[in-house]
Amino acid sequence: MNEQIVQFAYIIAAGLFVMSLKWMRSPETARRGVVAGEIGMLLAVVGTLLGRDIVSYQSIFIAFFIGSAVGVPLAYLMPMTAVPQRTALSHAFGALAAALVGTAEYYRELPHGPVMVALVFETLLGFLTFTGSLMAFGKLQEILPARPITYRNQNAVNFALFGAAAILGIVLIVNPEQTWIFPIFAALALVFGVLLIIPIGGADMPTVIALLNSYAGLSAAAMGFALGNRMLIIAGSLDGSSGLILAIIMCKAMNRSFTNLLFGAFGQLQKKAGHQEDQRTVRSASPEEAASILDAARSVIIVPGYGLAVAQAQHKIRELYDVLTRHGADVRFAIHPVAGRMPGHMNVLLAEADIPYERLVEMDEINGEFPQADVALVIGANDVTNPAARSDQSSPIYGMPILDVDKARTVMVVKRSMSPGFAGIDNPLYYLDKTLMLFGDAKVVVTAIVRELAEVAKAA
Amino acid sequence: MLKDLEVGLYVFMLATFVGLEVIRRVSPLLHTPLMSLTNAISAIAVVGAISITGAQGATTLSKTLGFIAVTASTINVVSGFLITDRMLKMFRTRKPGQAK
Repeated sequence: MNEQIVQFAYIIAAGLFVMSLKWMRSPETARRGVVAGEIGMLLAVVGTLLGRDIVSYQSIFIAFFIGSAVGVPLAYLMPMTAVPQRTALSHAFGALAAALVGTAEYYRELPHGPVMVALVFETLLGFLTFTGSLMAFGKLQEILPARPITYRNQNAVNFALFGAAAILGIVLIVNPEQTWIFPIFAALALVFGVLLIIPIGGADMPTVIALLNSYAGLSAAAMGFALGNRMLIIAGSLDGSSGLILAIIMCKAMNRSFTNLLFGAFGQLQKKAGHQEDQRTVRSASPEEAASILDAARSVIIVPGYGLAVAQAQHKIRELYDVLTRHGADVRFAIHPVAGRMPGHMNVLLAEADIPYERLVEMDEINGEFPQADVALVIGANDVTNPAARSDQSSPIYGMPILDVDKARTVMVVKRSMSPGFAGIDNPLYYLDKTLMLFGDAKVVVTAIVRELAEVAKAA
Repeated sequence: MLKDLEVGLYVFMLATFVGLEVIRRVSPLLHTPLMSLTNAISAIAVVGAISITGAQGATTLSKTLGFIAVTASTINVVSGFLITDRMLKMFRTRKPGQAK
């Protein structure tokens, strides 16, 4: 096939990818975006297969077959609560592909100049994102301990390792014929990826996933430079900028500066767990009491967090939403940007449970509404509701934007126990007079509330 | 050679700007599907993997690495697009009768 036609297919594909992302701007057009992306992908792949430099097809089609056989079940069988794990895994696959292509290119061509620079970037980012994403996957899947693992001089070790990898990369750029260096370079990148993610705790996962997303994209863009394929550069930089924007949004939502994030001060938050023994009392309530308050409420704001995903309580919350709406209450969901384990995690879970998406309200829009709310119901969220972030300068999360749950007339918190959350930060919200604690598994508690509400309705 | 690099850098810069502008407008509601969609799109790396695997005179090393790379990217392409669509289907304004 004519090389020009292939190039033309690439140009159309690149345009479709941009349109695809543009259509993600609202749920009405988003599915069109997926179709545009699929057509672009099909064009690009068919174009490449028909290009004249491809001579053997057999192993390519076997790989297509295996990839599809794994990919289809991965897409359809994954429960929505496991979406963060799946995403981490797919960053790993994408990065691995880029790294391996870079490795093969290196040994084939031993290129000099700009191409070698691109290959070094591609393989460095590819390998470190591969192991980093696998670590993130392991933590999210709870194969690995989700707690941050820290040791002394962690940052120094990481910097040294990264520095060593960077120096070897430069040596390779200057002198590509030194092929013995390459495996060491690759190994350092792989180890660095592991060490980068080890100190990261669950609460930081949304930022990290977004950042790994960005790295995987940049590594694909570097591949585009190495292979002289501009469509690859475009697709890779779109992915890279998307990850970057999400990472910045997450950083802002946690009051972290971007440099702080880049230089891996991730574990910081967890270290300062200084909560004193105190005699403050909490008011614990039964589902019956909660139901009677909710029954009288006209305006309810539900604040979901990661605990909701853990308890798989999204469908029960839909039932609660239904009951309250039927009683004439105005029920909305307040979504903090870092609620859950990846950007947008809560939205997907609640959408899965068939809650209309216009009921899901972003933090900035809903915060002004809490003072008018009769009940704020916090389910499985902790730090994002902590008023200490507003007032207590000594708190590790001081300055982090939070949901102003404490301004509602009554606050109900569904929580497993009084133990401080993952970040180990004390939450004064729990000791307020207007706060009722509902101890137990989110799903069990919400189920009980729904049952009580139904009985109240029957009695009336 | 240098000309190629120059053009490449222009493309990279402009695509990044376009990316930043377009992504900024994506509703926060859709950040999770956005991530799986961009992931599927960047699995366009499959193109590079194909050319490594099927090229004339590919060594065993290139063929093996390329094979793994094609498999890994195909997983991303297939599962990325399918799961994005699966998620987007769930975002509805009103509840459809009893369908679930």
